[in-house]
Amino acid sequence: MRVDGKGLIDRDRAVSFRFNDRYYTGFAGDTVASALLANGVRLMGRSFKYHRPRGVLTAGSEEPNALVTVGQGAAQDPNVRATVQEIYRGLAVRSQNAWPSLRLDAMEVNDFAWPFLGAGFYYKTFMWPRAFWERVYEPVIRRAAGLGGLSGRHNPDAYEKAFAFCDLLVIGAGPAGLMAALTAARAGADVILADEDSLMGGRLNAETYRVDGQAGPDWAAEAVAELAGLPNVRLMPRTTVTGAYDQGTFGALERVNHHTGRRGGGAVLECFWRIVARQSVLAAGALERPVAFRDNDRPGIMTAGAVRAYLNRWGVSPGARVAVFGNNDDAHRTAQDLIEAGVEVAALIDSREDVAQSGDYKTYAGAHVCGSSGRQGLRRITVRRAGREFQVEADCLAMSGGWNPTVHLTCHLNRRPTWSDEIQSFVPTPGAVPGMTAAGACNGVFSTAGCLKDGADAARTALKALGLRPRRGGGVPDADDTAYRLQPLWAVPGKGRAWLDFQNDVTVKDVKQAAVENFRSVEHMKRYTTQGMATDQGKNSNMAALAVLADATGQGIAQTGTTTFRPPYSPVSIAAMGAGAQGMGFAPRRLTTSHATSVAEGAPMIEAGLWYRPSYFPRAGETTWRQSCDREVGMVRDAVGVCDVSTLGKIDIQGADAGAFLDLVYCNTFSSLAEGRVRYGLMLREDGHVMDDGTTARLGPHHYVMTTTTAAAGNVMRHLDFVSQCVAPKLDLRFTSVTEHWAQFAVAGPNSRELLNGLLDAPIDDGTFPFMACGPVTVAGVAGRLFRISFSGEHAYEVAVPSRYGESLFKLLVARAQALGGGAYGMEALNVLRIEKGHITHAEIHGRTTAFDIGFARMISAGKDCIGKVMAAREGLLDEEREQLVGFRPVGAVRQLTAGAHVFEQGAEATRVNDQGYVTSVAFSPTLGHFIGLGFVKRGRARHGEVMRMVDRMRGIEAEIEICAPVFVDPEGGRTRG
Amino acid sequence: MAELTGKTPCDGLLPLEIGAVTLVEADPGRLTSVAPYRGGAEALGRALVSAHGLDWPAPNRMSVKGAARLIWFGRDMALLAGPAPAPGLAEHAALTDQSDAWAAVDLAGDDAEQVLARLVPIDLRAAHFAVGHTARTLIGHMTASITRLGPDRFLILVFRSMAGTLVHDLKTALEAVAARR
Repeated sequence: MRVDGKGLIDRDRAVSFRFNDRYYTGFAGDTVASALLANGVRLMGRSFKYHRPRGVLTAGSEEPNALVTVGQGAAQDPNVRATVQEIYRGLAVRSQNAWPSLRLDAMEVNDFAWPFLGAGFYYKTFMWPRAFWERVYEPVIRRAAGLGGLSGRHNPDAYEKAFAFCDLLVIGAGPAGLMAALTAARAGADVILADEDSLMGGRLNAETYRVDGQAGPDWAAEAVAELAGLPNVRLMPRTTVTGAYDQGTFGALERVNHHTGRRGGGAVLECFWRIVARQSVLAAGALERPVAFRDNDRPGIMTAGAVRAYLNRWGVSPGARVAVFGNNDDAHRTAQDLIEAGVEVAALIDSREDVAQSGDYKTYAGAHVCGSSGRQGLRRITVRRAGREFQVEADCLAMSGGWNPTVHLTCHLNRRPTWSDEIQSFVPTPGAVPGMTAAGACNGVFSTAGCLKDGADAARTALKALGLRPRRGGGVPDADDTAYRLQPLWAVPGKGRAWLDFQNDVTVKDVKQAAVENFRSVEHMKRYTTQGMATDQGKNSNMAALAVLADATGQGIAQTGTTTFRPPYSPVSIAAMGAGAQGMGFAPRRLTTSHATSVAEGAPMIEAGLWYRPSYFPRAGETTWRQSCDREVGMVRDAVGVCDVSTLGKIDIQGADAGAFLDLVYCNTFSSLAEGRVRYGLMLREDGHVMDDGTTARLGPHHYVMTTTTAAAGNVMRHLDFVSQCVAPKLDLRFTSVTEHWAQFAVAGPNSRELLNGLLDAPIDDGTFPFMACGPVTVAGVAGRLFRISFSGEHAYEVAVPSRYGESLFKLLVARAQALGGGAYGMEALNVLRIEKGHITHAEIHGRTTAFDIGFARMISAGKDCIGKVMAAREGLLDEEREQLVGFRPVGAVRQLTAGAHVFEQGAEATRVNDQGYVTSVAFSPTLGHFIGLGFVKRGRARHGEVMRMVDRMRGIEAEIEICAPVFVDPEGGRTRG
Repeated sequence: MAELTGKTPCDGLLPLEIGAVTLVEADPGRLTSVAPYRGGAEALGRALVSAHGLDWPAPNRMSVKGAARLIWFGRDMALLAGPAPAPGLAEHAALTDQSDAWAAVDLAGDDAEQVLARLVPIDLRAAHFAVGHTARTLIGHMTASITRLGPDRFLILVFRSMAGTLVHDLKTALEAVAARR
C-alpha cells in the first residue's frame, strides 16, 4: 500500500503497466516490485524446485524470487528482476515457472513431495537405467524446475558494446562512491561513476539519514548534480560493473532502454562496456542477509533493508501490519521508520537479550521468529522466547541477519576475502585487485559518516597513485555515526524447512545433509546442494549456508572459507556480450572489385576466408551448377575464360637482400631468377612440412612481388615478418602487402593472347612474352602488370591494374572473352581445371604433407639453406612407405569419386589398419568425361596402374579406382607454353 | 580504344549524416608506404624534409606539411599521403604504391569520439589521442589506421575490400549514438 508523503517517486505521473493478465498503476520512478507492492500484490513468482509461492525478498539486483519475463514473442526477455525493472507506459511482464497460473500452479505438488526431493536426490534417485538420465529424467526435471525461457527465435532487439577509459572508476554511487567521485573529480581526475540503480545515492535514498543537515536523498542529488556539471566526469546510471579483469579493465552492463519502450531506430537495449581505469574505488555497498527459520520464504517476508527502501524510496509499505525480526540495530530503525510513516508495527523481535525498548511497539528481546503461516502470503508468525512459543498476526515480516559487504569484484582476480569477527562477515583483502581501493559498506564500514570519510580517503589514495593532489578544504560532511552492533544469528533451530537459498530452494537441512554425506568442503557442499548456483549466485545465501556448514562440520567460518566469486556480478545477457556480431557484423566481408558485377550476373558467392568469390556464372537454360561449371571448363580449354584472382596474397618485397631473403623462405632459388620472369615457389614450415606455394615475379634488380594462396595470405605475411625480424634480421629488405592495391584477373585459354592484345597498348607475342614472363604493361591506357602464368594448364595470363579500375577491367575482359567464345568462370571451374592439371591447393598441402609427399622433393635446392630444409630431411619424412600424391580414376561400375574417402587394397577389409590413403580433391572432368581425383596413397608413385577400393563411409559410396599420375590433362605442358 | 573508368572504394556507400556526425569518403591523395632500408632512416629523414617538408613521424604520430601527410604506419613504416614520392626517396627506403589499397573515410562531428568508442578498443580521449596522433588498431573486426585530424575529426583507413563492412559498422554505431541524444 502507498504511504502518503514518502518516497522519491513522481506522484504527478501515473504509469500503467501489465503484470500477467491485469493492469496496474504505479508512478514514474517505481519498479515493478514497488508498484506491485503498492497495489497489494505480494505473490510475484514460484520457486525453482518446489514451486513455492514467492514474493520479493529484496529491493535490488540481488533479488532471488521476483523474476519476471518482459515482453512477448521473439524479443521476450526472461529472468528480469522485478526489483530492477522500472515501469513505463506499455510495459508488460509475466511471472515465470508457474502453470496454469501464478496463483494456481500445478507443479506445487512438488512442495508436498519435499521429503523426497532433498539435496542430492537426483544423484541417488535417477541412477538407473543409465540411459534414462539423458533421455528421460533430465528433460522431465528441467521442465519441472525452471526459470524463464528465451523465445528461441532471432532476437530483433539491438545491443551494443563500447569502450571507455578513465583515471578513476568509482563503482557504486552511495555515500562512499559519491564522496570518492567528488573528491577525485574536484582534483581534476577523469572520473567514471557507475551505479546499477537508476537513481544515484545508494542507501541514502532508502534511509532517513541526514547528511550535512540535509535529507540524505537531497544531499545525494546535489552531489550528483555537481558531478554532472563537471567536464571530467561521466555518470553511468543503470550500469552494473560486472567483472574486474587484468590491468584495470572492467566489464560493465548498461541497461540503456529497459526502462523505456524505445526499440528500433538505432536504440539499443543494453550496452556492454569495457572500461579501462588507471585506478578504481569499489563502493559497492553491502547486501543484507536473511535469517533462516521455518517457512521464512512466504510472500511478505523480506529483508528489513528492503522494507525501509520500499517505504522511504518508493513510499510503499509492503504490509499493513509489519513485524520486524533482527539481530542488530537496523531492525530498530525499520520499526521506527514504519511508525513514523504511520504503519502499524506488530512486534519487534530481537535475538539479542540486551536491547531496550526502542519505540512505541511491542519489543521482544532474546526472542526468535521460528515459523510462519499463510500459503500465498504471510498471515502470522510464530515467536519463540524463553522456550515458549506464541503467534503474532502480521502480513509483512522485515528480517535482518546483518549485512555482507559486496566484496565480489575484489575476488575476481582469484584472491579471497578476509573474515571479520566484528561484523561477522568477509571484507575485501587489500590489494586483491591492483589499483583498487574498497570504501564504505563494501569495506565493512557501515555508518554514513564512516562511508563518506572512507570514500574520500579512497579517492585520495587513488589521486596519489595518479599523481594528482586533492583540492584543499571541502572536507567530509557531517552524518550519522552510530556503531553497527550485532550478534551472530544464522539459523533458528527447529523442525521443517528453513530456507537459505530462496532461488534454488536450498534449506538448512540440505546443507547439513551435505555435511553428513561428507561433502564438507564449501565447494563440494555448493555443488551437492546447488546452493549459490542460481542466477543470484548466492548473494542472499552464501554467508548463512557457509555458517551452517561451519557449524555442522565443527570448523569456524573463516576456516571454512568462501566459494569462488566469479564474474559477472549480476547476469549479463549473451546478446550484450555478442553485440554487433549478428548478421553482417559477424565478420568483415572482403569483396573484390568484380563482386557487384558477378552478383549481377547471378553468380552464387562462396566464402574463401573473409573473401567472397563467385562459384559459377549461370547462363540461361542451365539448371545445375555442374552444367555451368562444365561449360566454363570447356570455355577455358577451347576459347578463353576470365577469373578474378585478386584474393591471392600479393607481397611487395624490395631491398638489396630481397633475393637472399626469398632463397631463405622458399625451398627453391629466387636470387637467380631473371628480371621480368616468374617462378613457382614452395615454402616450408620450420618443421619441414609444406606451408604454402605460389609464384614470385622479379620486377627489378631488388624488387620482387610474391603471391600466396588466398587461404594462407595472412599466415605467410606473419611468417615473413617472423623470419625477417627474428631469423634473418641482418638482411636488408622491406616488404608490405599489396593484395588490396591490385585487381588481378586470370585470362586463360587458347584465345587469351588475342583477347589481351585487343586491350594492351603494345601487343605481345611468344618472343616478347614467353611462358613465365612478367612485366609492366599499359591496359586500355592504365599502367598495369602482366604475368604469363597458368593455374589452368592453358595458355594463360594474369593481368593486374590498380583496384579502382578493377570493375571496369573485369567487365571489359568478360565482354571481350564472350566475343571470342568464352566468358567469366568461377571457383568451381577453376577447381576442375587445376585438378585436371594436377595442381595442388591447401586440400593437398593441408599441413601434414611434405615436399617429398607431393613429389617436389627435388625442389629443395641442394645448393643453399632454406627454412625447413634440415627438418624435411628427417628419415621418417623421406620414407618410401609414406603416402604420396597420386591421381585416381574410376574403373568399376560406380563412377563417382568423393573427397574425404579412404583407399584400401582390393579384397582387404575397410578398417583403419588396412588404410592405404585418402582422396583430397575430386572433380568431374568434362575434358575427359569422367570423375578424376587427387589424393595420397602409401608408396603411391610406385603403384600407378594398381586397382584399389575407394570407401566413403560417410556418404556410403564405394568405387573401384585406378591409381594414376596426378596430371590428367596435357602432362607435357604443351598447351601452357602455347 | 577501350577506356577504363575508376571507382573509389566507398562508391555508392557514402556520404552519411546521422545525428551530430558525418561520414564521408576521404580523398587522401596518392598513398605510398615508405619503409627505410637498414641504416637509411637518417638519410631518409633528411630527404623527406627537403623533398616534402615532412619530418619522419615518431610512433603513433603524423607529420603534416600543407596537403602532404606522413602517417606512422607500423614498425619502421610510414604512409605518405598526398603527393607522389620524390624519386630520391627510393635510395633510402622501399616505396610501394598503396593508393588503391585503402578505403579512407572522414568521420566528423561532436559525437565522433563516441561513435569510435563503440568500435575501437584504444583510448581516443583528446587528452591522450590529440590532433596529429595516429594508431594502427582495430575498428570492429578490421585492422585499421586511425588518425585524429581535428578536435572532432578522424581519418580512418581499412582495407579497400572491407569498405562495405566499415560503412556498415560505422553506420550502426552512428545510429546507436544518435539514438541516445
